[in-house]
Amino acid sequence: MSSADSTEIEKSEDSSPVYEFEKSLSDSISKKFSNVEIAYVKQNRIRVNVKKEEIIDVASFIRDELHFDHAESVSGVDYPKDKQIEVVYHLGSYTDPLLSKQILALATRTQREDNPHPGNDSSKLPSLCDVFPSVSFHERECFEMLGVYFDGNPDNRRLLLPEDWADIPPLRKDFAIKGR
Amino acid sequence: MSQKLPPGLQLEKVDDRIMTLNVGPQHPGSGHMRIILKIDGDYIVHCDPDPGYVHRGEEKMAEYRNYITNIPHLERPVIHDSCNILYPYCLGVEELLGLEVPERAKYLRVIAAELNRCVYTEYWLGIYGIFLGHSTMFMWPVGDRELLIDLLDKMTGARVTHAYFVPGGVRNDVPPNFEDVCLRQVNYFEKRLKEYADIFYDNPILISRTKGTGVLSREDAIKLGTTGSVLRASGVDFDIRKKEPYDVYEELDFQTNVLKEGDSYARSKIPWLDMLESCRIIRDALQKMPKSGSVRIKLKPKPKGGDTEVYHRVESGRGSLGMYIVSNNKPEPYRLKISVPSFRNLIAMPHLLKGELLGNLPPVYWSLNYWPVEADR
Repeated sequence: MSSADSTEIEKSEDSSPVYEFEKSLSDSISKKFSNVEIAYVKQNRIRVNVKKEEIIDVASFIRDELHFDHAESVSGVDYPKDKQIEVVYHLGSYTDPLLSKQILALATRTQREDNPHPGNDSSKLPSLCDVFPSVSFHERECFEMLGVYFDGNPDNRRLLLPEDWADIPPLRKDFAIKGR
Repeated sequence: MSQKLPPGLQLEKVDDRIMTLNVGPQHPGSGHMRIILKIDGDYIVHCDPDPGYVHRGEEKMAEYRNYITNIPHLERPVIHDSCNILYPYCLGVEELLGLEVPERAKYLRVIAAELNRCVYTEYWLGIYGIFLGHSTMFMWPVGDRELLIDLLDKMTGARVTHAYFVPGGVRNDVPPNFEDVCLRQVNYFEKRLKEYADIFYDNPILISRTKGTGVLSREDAIKLGTTGSVLRASGVDFDIRKKEPYDVYEELDFQTNVLKEGDSYARSKIPWLDMLESCRIIRDALQKMPKSGSVRIKLKPKPKGGDTEVYHRVESGRGSLGMYIVSNNKPEPYRLKISVPSFRNLIAMPHLLKGELLGNLPPVYWSLNYWPVEADR
């Protein structure tokens, strides 16, 4: 969007810009983990899709080797057609000045149940609380809004919803707003 | 030596000493939020924040409305800072739709965003004053805030819920004499701000209540992912306006305020320093702004985003505010996640209050620059 970085951008043959620094970050991840899919590399934004079994290893690598040190947000996205729920961690860095513009989206997917029983069904993911303590409240929110239980999060209680909420998790696509 | 007690009496167990205390959700000091405390005498041994009393489902509502009709309701979580919460949304939608914002609109956005930052911070400061029993510090900021609200009223046509930012620019141009009025008001406002130091920030009572309470170390601030004034009061130099400049912040002359102490005093001082910096930014922007030109791109009705996703963030009055928009070729976003600074800073609260005196709850809690409505969305 801004023109300041345009000098650093080289045009590749198919005329889409190549972002060298972002590419080097994503390459170091894909070199270490062969099953990881790099979804896109844009200016200051990288997205990495991983299997849920691998997410703790990849997150630890991102923290220890690439120096991303905190999570900005954790978003759950519901995909009823794929029968999957996706959880996206947006990671940033305060300590490394080279990374201050970068946001790395680490995404993983889990199974989606048609009749959810939050906490007692197969919609489970390993928690990243031990790797990034900043995700704790975000994961709590994701649990109540989409029904994804985070194994290893010390606190999986309700956060924003009323204590007597008895309906399905409200950010799932099959939860409809009245009159819409 | 075993202690002999009179019949019918027994020694107190440790667990009996612990009392659970609910602060809120109707308490004027908690704002629509409950803090569940466990106290031993006057000391807080455990703190469990319980937000959610003003959860309105903004993210769900956004999935049902198109990119333009989302604007008025998305500013509701924090109406005092409504320009800043719409800022990342507009930047995101502009990237989705491939829009280039006119130069004059970029400057108008910066001016509106900085005015809004001051309006929010004045409101926050007023409540901070009344929290600490300093009623003059409630009257002054709330009175001075009116000056800026008048300016924003002239600019946008509404006192608080402006809905001024739209994808592709701003909703309308400013009236002809706006530059002069704005400069005059901002200069007066800056003079007033400097008087706050005499009555509040140099006040020995404020200093004795806030210095050294609720200290957040640099390492913890980073580890807990705090943002904005909380982070910068702990010695981390991170301001999105400097680190990932958006619109025209790169061309403007300002600095970031960083303090090293990490206590409640530092956290309460950073927003005030930011307001002084905002005055500089507004003056600079007024000078560099093109004197005429378009302020808005005309859009087709119900524009569709591509099959992609964006994440944009700005520095709001409380810290980094991010919007994650997932689009699937429809006029409505498939998913919109608002990553709000209040919610991120809330994680620090149990950490800071553990071991504090109960009387230190208000200065520590409100120094987190927390806005309950925004955290709940």
